[in-house]
Amino acid sequence: MVYLYILTGVLLLVSLIKDRKKTARALKIATKKIYHILPAFLSMLVLVSIILFLVPNSLISYYLGGSGKLVGVIIASVFGSITLMPGFISFPLCGILLQKGVSYTVLSAFSTTLMMVGVITFPVEKAYFGVKVTILRNVMSYFIALVIALVTGIYFGEIM
Amino acid sequence: MKNRNGFLKVSIFLIYLAFIIGSVIYKFNPGQQIGHNFLSFLIEMLKILPCAFILIGLFEVWVKKETVEKHLGDKSRFMAYVWSILLAGTTVGGLYVAFPVAYTLYHKGAKLSVIFTYIAASAICRIPMTIFEISFMGIEFTLVRLAVSIPLVIISSIWLGGYLEKIEFKMMEGN
Repeated sequence: MVYLYILTGVLLLVSLIKDRKKTARALKIATKKIYHILPAFLSMLVLVSIILFLVPNSLISYYLGGSGKLVGVIIASVFGSITLMPGFISFPLCGILLQKGVSYTVLSAFSTTLMMVGVITFPVEKAYFGVKVTILRNVMSYFIALVIALVTGIYFGEIM
Repeated sequence: MKNRNGFLKVSIFLIYLAFIIGSVIYKFNPGQQIGHNFLSFLIEMLKILPCAFILIGLFEVWVKKETVEKHLGDKSRFMAYVWSILLAGTTVGGLYVAFPVAYTLYHKGAKLSVIFTYIAASAICRIPMTIFEISFMGIEFTLVRLAVSIPLVIISSIWLGGYLEKIEFKMMEGN
């Protein structure tokens, strides 16, 4: 994260030295873009706050731990699709579940849908790319995640 | 139509806000938790988004359209996918940062299949996140995941890009 600030700061400085007018224009573009997308981000935050309340980590752990493989993968992928977690929360959670005996297959379905499928990010994605593309991309990502879970299961000898 | 929609959204947001504030005042636990979730994600995003959008702004004024077209546009070769995955590896945050970046790339001349590859790759192969994943899940898990997902992501992005071009899809302007 610190690198992001350093990178932004350095580039901004270089830009400022090279051309003041262009830099001013860049900042103007940045604020305009943020302003345009703000409502979509607020919708996303409202969604995330409610869904994380309805689907807390304890609930996810409970269901992923106590199901068979096929049902587990389906439940995991649904949870992964509807929630949103940064990596520094989701992977420790997966690590704990792995130690508890949850299969790689199920955890792969969970972590991959978590990363690729975004029901919560729908408002933001829709604002940029429209409803059609958003739905297509998410459905495709969901199936890719299932394939990844399947291959992971075969690799770790959990399936077949 | 658009105004009414906007009005509805603002009303919902105000009701939401009133609910959170009321919950804090009257110590209504579910409402407090929802408010807490809202705040923690808001802070997380405020840490990243201003920088991300400043970088997007700098990109827009300094990088020439021809450069993007040449490397990521219609005439670009397979390397375009490699570039987009490498760029995705250094993206921070997640999908919500990748969308505005992809949108900007598209309007600078990158082709659709490349930006979809970029979006998916920034979901699954951001470098800091991948290192974190390895430490919790083991390197085999991560390698299998990347080895399977990257080809699938490229193939599906090419398909989606081709399909959208066939129906002459136009991206929204002005965001």
